[in-house]
Amino acid sequence: MRTLVLVASLAALVAVVLLSIGFGSNRLSLGEVLHALFAYDGSYNDVVVRDDRLPRTVLGLLVGMALGLAGSLMQAITRNPVAEPGLLGINHGAAVAIVLGSTVFSLTSPDQYIWFAFAGALVGTTLVAVIGGTRGATSPLRLVLAGVAIQAVFIGINQAMQMINTHNLQAMRFWLVGSLINRNLDQLSVLLPFFVAGVVIAVVLARALNALALGEDTARGLGANPALVRAAGMVAVGLLSAAATAACGPIAFVGLMIPHVVRSLIGQDERWVMLLSALLGPVLLLGCDILGRVAASPAEIQVGVMTDVVGGIAFVIVARRLKAVRR
Amino acid sequence: MTALVRRESGLDRRSTVVVAALVLVTSALVVLSVGTGDYEMSPGEVLATLAGSGTKAQYLVVMGRLPRVLVAILVGAALALAGAIFQTVTRNPLGSPDVIGFTTGSATGGIVTLLFFGGGPGVVSLGALAGGLVTALVVMALCAPHGLLSSRLVLLGIAVSAVLGGVNAYLLVKANLEAAAEAVGWLVGDLSGRDWTYFVPLAVVMAVLVPIVFANGRALRMLEMGDDTAIGIGVDVPRVRLILVLVAVALVAAATAATGPLQFIALAAPQLARRMTRLPGPNLVASAFVGATLVVAADYVGQRLLESSLLPAGVVAAALGGVYLLWLLLRRRA
Repeated sequence: MRTLVLVASLAALVAVVLLSIGFGSNRLSLGEVLHALFAYDGSYNDVVVRDDRLPRTVLGLLVGMALGLAGSLMQAITRNPVAEPGLLGINHGAAVAIVLGSTVFSLTSPDQYIWFAFAGALVGTTLVAVIGGTRGATSPLRLVLAGVAIQAVFIGINQAMQMINTHNLQAMRFWLVGSLINRNLDQLSVLLPFFVAGVVIAVVLARALNALALGEDTARGLGANPALVRAAGMVAVGLLSAAATAACGPIAFVGLMIPHVVRSLIGQDERWVMLLSALLGPVLLLGCDILGRVAASPAEIQVGVMTDVVGGIAFVIVARRLKAVRR
Repeated sequence: MTALVRRESGLDRRSTVVVAALVLVTSALVVLSVGTGDYEMSPGEVLATLAGSGTKAQYLVVMGRLPRVLVAILVGAALALAGAIFQTVTRNPLGSPDVIGFTTGSATGGIVTLLFFGGGPGVVSLGALAGGLVTALVVMALCAPHGLLSSRLVLLGIAVSAVLGGVNAYLLVKANLEAAAEAVGWLVGDLSGRDWTYFVPLAVVMAVLVPIVFANGRALRMLEMGDDTAIGIGVDVPRVRLILVLVAVALVAAATAATGPLQFIALAAPQLARRMTRLPGPNLVASAFVGATLVVAADYVGQRLLESSLLPAGVVAAALGGVYLLWLLLRRRA
């Protein structure tokens, strides 16, 4: 079953990448896409693919992977089905810090944002850890409410800064929506080490997280230090969320939905949940992005709006299904 | 009527003192707010003008600023009453209209009218009203199979808010800068420029709704003890619940129409009232006064906090309300 899901996920990933490169306001055949990628000659189609769709697709891959992985990590650490970096204010923490950076220091690109994003993500992560309690099995309601409260404060600060500075509103209202466009690969390469660091920590932790799922004592018996595992896991969540937010603005729900889908398919083995979440995160994100391009063609709906709508609906389904929600 | 209010809202001696203190604080804030601005007036001058012995210029200034504070008072009371009703009906201290998505729905309705129909206070109010009502119906319909008492109501409200939040962000991106700035200004919840044309419709709506709330005050307190107890005492539970929820939604919508969505007043006011009066139950009168005080205070603080620019009341309310909710969550675990 796992192998089957793995193969299907990889196939879906390849399909969605090809669609993301081939689909747009001017549609390209597979041959034209391959031509642009491997026999670049500067024609209009080639430029569209190289300078617009390719960076966009790479960004979608990286961010989707980061969000899917961060979501599965958070759900494993907190053992709470609604844990997610977007819903719990981590991405918004990063966003507030970036808005602050752009207001006060006139920063404009992701490589400048990133340090602000980290500071903000750190604040968000700490708040979630303190309020939600990372000791596992807090009530879903409590965690979501903590997220609502944190977001309200962050959004209030953002709105205040936007009202004070209209120039900032112009730049930030586009960025705060969450979008994959207008990024180039050079800017992204600055973020790459942070994505990699997050992934590496996640991989190292995978076995220990599995042990943790069996309970604190069992985990200790198996040689894992629960407190250390949780702390390291939250660091990875922070790294991945900050890099994702710095790259394309706050995007919610990808980290919530994907691990749910994965668990319903293959069960609780955290190693597999993490692997498949990392593969399916980009499928969802790029899928939403493509949907946004098609739905409003020739204009576009930003991917952050699409994930809010799709994710909100998925969250409605999750909320209706949760058994015995505790207060 | 006074006796009725006293009996139905559980006003004991402590509550009376609390309400009296809130009235004093609010009055002081009103005098301060009215005296603050480009043309400064001392509290004595404000009081003298209100009593009818100020100069003509002073009278004009006071009449210019008074409606703003009065709108703040009504909006605060409306939100607080709605919050008290929702928290009692859902028997969940977190089941307040802003947490369960009505505020975001009103905002969506407001932006849509602002961006597509050009705005004007009347039209935006209708949009906010429609948006809030539709969202309320959707959330309650989604929750219906489990009953409104379930904590799912809160989760579903948050989910629906998230969808609408995305829609709101999209609408802002689609608009031109000028319209977007206006919409952001409205979205954040603001009292600036609120004159008598805002006050009068709000006052009329509340004159209709508030008596309905108090007429059902006793039934509301019975609801909190559980449906079975309430039915045993002879309360028509489904009917009372429906009426009260509809009235509460209308109160939120009316308040949102006047100022834009002010966050967390509906959540915090009833709980603060409960702490101050140390009484269980909805504490309707005390809640309304706490709400009024909070909004007037948020508006005053927003005007005085920064030298260079005026912060809207909504920003102050959201930041303080969020901090309050966090504090509440931390306490609940302890």
